[in-house]
Amino acid sequence: MSGTITKVSGPLVVAEGLADANVSDVVRVGSQHLIGEILNMTGDKASIQVYEETSGLGPGAEVVTTGMPLSVELGPGMLDNIYDGIQRPLPEMRRISGDSISRGIDVPALDREKKWDFVPVAKPGDKVGPGDVLGTVQETTAILHKIMVPYGVTGEVVSVESGEHTVADVIAVVRDGRGAEHKVQMMQRWPVRIARPYERKYVPSRPMNSGQRIIDTLFPIAKGGTAAVPGPFGSGKTVVQHQLAKWSDVDIVIYIGCGERGNEMTDVLMEFPELKDPRNGEPLMKRTVLIANTSDMPVAAREASIYTGITIAEYFRDMGYDVAVLADSTSRWAEALREMSGRLEEMPGEEGYPAYLASRLAQFYERAGVVECLGSDERQGSVTAIGAVSPPGGDISEPVSQATMRIVKVFWALDSSLAYARHFPAINWLTSYSLYLDTLAPWYTESFGEGYMKNRERAMHILQEESELQEIVRLVGQDALSPNDRLTMETAKMIREDFLQQNAFVDEDAYSSYKKQFRLLDIVLHYDVLCREALEKGANMDALFAVDVREKIGRAKMADPKAFEEAYDAIDAQMKQEIEAVIAGGEDA
Amino acid sequence: MIKEYKTIKEIASPLMIVDGVEGVTYDELGELELPNGQVRRCKVLEVEGNKAVVQLFESAQGINLAQTKVRFLGHPQQLAVSEDMLGRVFNGMGLPIDGGPEILPDAYMDINGLPMNPAARAYPAEFIQTGVSTIDGLNTLVRGQKLPIFSGSGLPHAALAAQIARQARVLGDNETFAVVFAAIGITFEESEYFINDFRRTGAIDRTVVFSNLANDPAVERIATPRMALTAAEYLAFEKDMQVLVILTDITNYAEALREVSAAKKEVPGRRGYPGYLYTDLATMYERAGRRQGKKGSITMIPILTMPEDDKTHPIPDLTGYITEGQIILSRDLHRKGIVPPVDVLPSLSRLKDKGIGVGKTREDHAGTMNQLFAAYSRGKDAKELMTILGEAALSEDDKLFAKFADEFERQYVSQGNTTNRSITETLDLGWQLLRILPRRELKRIKPEMIEKYMPKD
Repeated sequence: MSGTITKVSGPLVVAEGLADANVSDVVRVGSQHLIGEILNMTGDKASIQVYEETSGLGPGAEVVTTGMPLSVELGPGMLDNIYDGIQRPLPEMRRISGDSISRGIDVPALDREKKWDFVPVAKPGDKVGPGDVLGTVQETTAILHKIMVPYGVTGEVVSVESGEHTVADVIAVVRDGRGAEHKVQMMQRWPVRIARPYERKYVPSRPMNSGQRIIDTLFPIAKGGTAAVPGPFGSGKTVVQHQLAKWSDVDIVIYIGCGERGNEMTDVLMEFPELKDPRNGEPLMKRTVLIANTSDMPVAAREASIYTGITIAEYFRDMGYDVAVLADSTSRWAEALREMSGRLEEMPGEEGYPAYLASRLAQFYERAGVVECLGSDERQGSVTAIGAVSPPGGDISEPVSQATMRIVKVFWALDSSLAYARHFPAINWLTSYSLYLDTLAPWYTESFGEGYMKNRERAMHILQEESELQEIVRLVGQDALSPNDRLTMETAKMIREDFLQQNAFVDEDAYSSYKKQFRLLDIVLHYDVLCREALEKGANMDALFAVDVREKIGRAKMADPKAFEEAYDAIDAQMKQEIEAVIAGGEDA
Repeated sequence: MIKEYKTIKEIASPLMIVDGVEGVTYDELGELELPNGQVRRCKVLEVEGNKAVVQLFESAQGINLAQTKVRFLGHPQQLAVSEDMLGRVFNGMGLPIDGGPEILPDAYMDINGLPMNPAARAYPAEFIQTGVSTIDGLNTLVRGQKLPIFSGSGLPHAALAAQIARQARVLGDNETFAVVFAAIGITFEESEYFINDFRRTGAIDRTVVFSNLANDPAVERIATPRMALTAAEYLAFEKDMQVLVILTDITNYAEALREVSAAKKEVPGRRGYPGYLYTDLATMYERAGRRQGKKGSITMIPILTMPEDDKTHPIPDLTGYITEGQIILSRDLHRKGIVPPVDVLPSLSRLKDKGIGVGKTREDHAGTMNQLFAAYSRGKDAKELMTILGEAALSEDDKLFAKFADEFERQYVSQGNTTNRSITETLDLGWQLLRILPRRELKRIKPEMIEKYMPKD
């Protein structure tokens, strides 16, 4: 089925003679076979968004429909790989076309030559349905890839292979109720704009451990939850995203670089193979899939990249894994949407964004969640979606931030004034929130006792009080405060500097276990309690603030992650002693 | 066989509609021939059926709809490149204007370039010593980075950019370098300032200048930076040179883009700039970088003047989201006579972490850098408090921080436009200043480093 181009305007192409094509079909455009997707149809005229640069395309050129919606290939070989927005492997493209991305390259997403060692789980005669595991492939040292019966296939296993096979080989045959035989490959296809099915969805109840103190202790996110990281440029969005990709206790990470810098993707590509997962010692790249559609790559493919990423995430979720999707940045995705909308001459909504912006964003985030997967073994998997938002000028009253805030449950607001003071992560503790606190509190209490959540509340309270006191100080100066208030300010400063600040570039500090976070905050709050008692006994305030142990508390976060407990015990003991000494000295004076 | 059309239907500068065309493609370059023989350039923005919407690069003055001929050349805009471009001056469309001979081209390159495959990039990690403390010490520039200067009208950004171009070098390295300078809508005087500086230091022989001055056609400006970057790509990746690209002023570029967008009656984004401004800027900025297996590199310093010194204006805002940091100049510091008036706190180099430390600069670099930032930030807060409440309202520590902030500006930031400090000098100066503060406040630096590097009277 082919048509003819009548109009070219940037990435938008209009072609006629495509009456038999479907909306959302993938088409090949012009003599270079550029990849495009049909957005709208009027009569036999199709509006097509082209995923590659359209320079040199003109009326009269041919458009051929593939009859298929935009789909991804799912199977072994995705991990440890880097794809563009429409799942073309970038290393492979580099081999074909050199350092620059030229046009019309057609490369399969999964290597057709590579053989994988398939270990069967199902036996001939087994009754299987969608999602049932037929066998496994050790895809990387870190991840066991489960080969599942594709959606829509139910019946009895007739035969199942074992040993070395490519993704396209038939590894099992399933006969359905009507006697038809389905040949199952290790690879399956799925249209990216449709969510993959599951048995049922649950409310998230386990936290995702990120190793970042402000996140885990103050504003935790649940596995299967959604979060947004908004912030002006230079406030450290990307570093936060990278930290989450590195240290989150999920099985798989899908990192989508959507309209961002090329060097950031290179950074991930170079750094992740070197970094070890703190839980199993495997290189982090072995659990990571990268989707890179950098800002200089064609804008239409940027729109698709988000869907490509989340579909791959859902596929791994279906195996029963916990998956995190990090999208940096959803604002660039929204801008791609706006650009196409403008070229389609649609009526613009707010700030030129299309009226369907909010519903598209909601659809994306709603694909996150904890689910019981298809398949008879009732396994559970989750997709956690975390999107960076880049509001113009850092002003979150703009449409993308607002639409995102209505959907997500966790909001880590980055603040440029914190970033200027090199307080990193620059997550503002007053404006951020997590709506998972209530559902996650029982988990924290069960794992670490009552203290964890109590400490959290106390810390939040002190920080809140500090912001009120600061206003007074700004008006009348510090001397007007009572010693107790001065202490609150001092403790708040310690929470900020000695607990919340975390250096992503220092090995000892980049990842903090729950236990270490708990103990560290406990020391700071213990200092507060001891000093309050001391003040009541008439101790000298300045002497309390100047005790030697303060320098040690300030460096406590750098303690060896394996042996921090002894160090912290020692600090606690020294603190008690020194404060008692101050009290004694105070009575003398 | 190139067809000629005499079917211009409409001209609304800078756009033109040509009817009855055949075989014209999107983004194709065209030529207009006026009745008096004058030739002007244009490019195709949209084709629908046999109608082409074409953008003129020069003024529409004197074009006669009936008599003017249009030719489409069958390829997008190209630049003839050759090593002989070094030492030459071109106009914004890539034609020589220095009276010298035409360039004998080694190749013709599409000025739009192609996106670089992220898997082919090499991460920029080589420290460039610019001799400017606020950059080397705090916002380190590395080879292959794009680091813009955010300035304002009347601020001395040209002096800083020229200083960087003059002093920048990679330690222990004598590879060939080149400067590509694109004047985008700036005045003759500003352009001459740079060219004279290149001439004075002898760098002119290794410099390629593309010049679109304030009185040249505004629309031509859309091509000028792309011409410059194409030349830079050729020199860096075909000829293994270390290229420094200076683009000034991006604000003029964005305004030209807005002009064309408005003429096309597109739905405007913020402040009338087109919704694709981000993508458009990104296709330029992202051409900086290094490639695996290639010796050369493109380091880019775009300069932009922020309207009303407003960092949230779309041009600096979108630039900041693409580039790897920014150097911001401050009017307050400029008034105080600080030269160069770099506003340290909001300035940033995102690539600094991989370019500093053992083997690159010195082991104490990261710690002291963070400490200087944090201390200066606190010192500025303290000074602000002092202006409201008087010095008595400050704690003893805060008084020290306020003193630190003053000394920091006076000694560290204000080094003048001719001082070329080595990185060791910069780091040692940082330590000198940190002595003002009580040691227990130096939490960002490892104690071993303090022992080793803190000057002992």
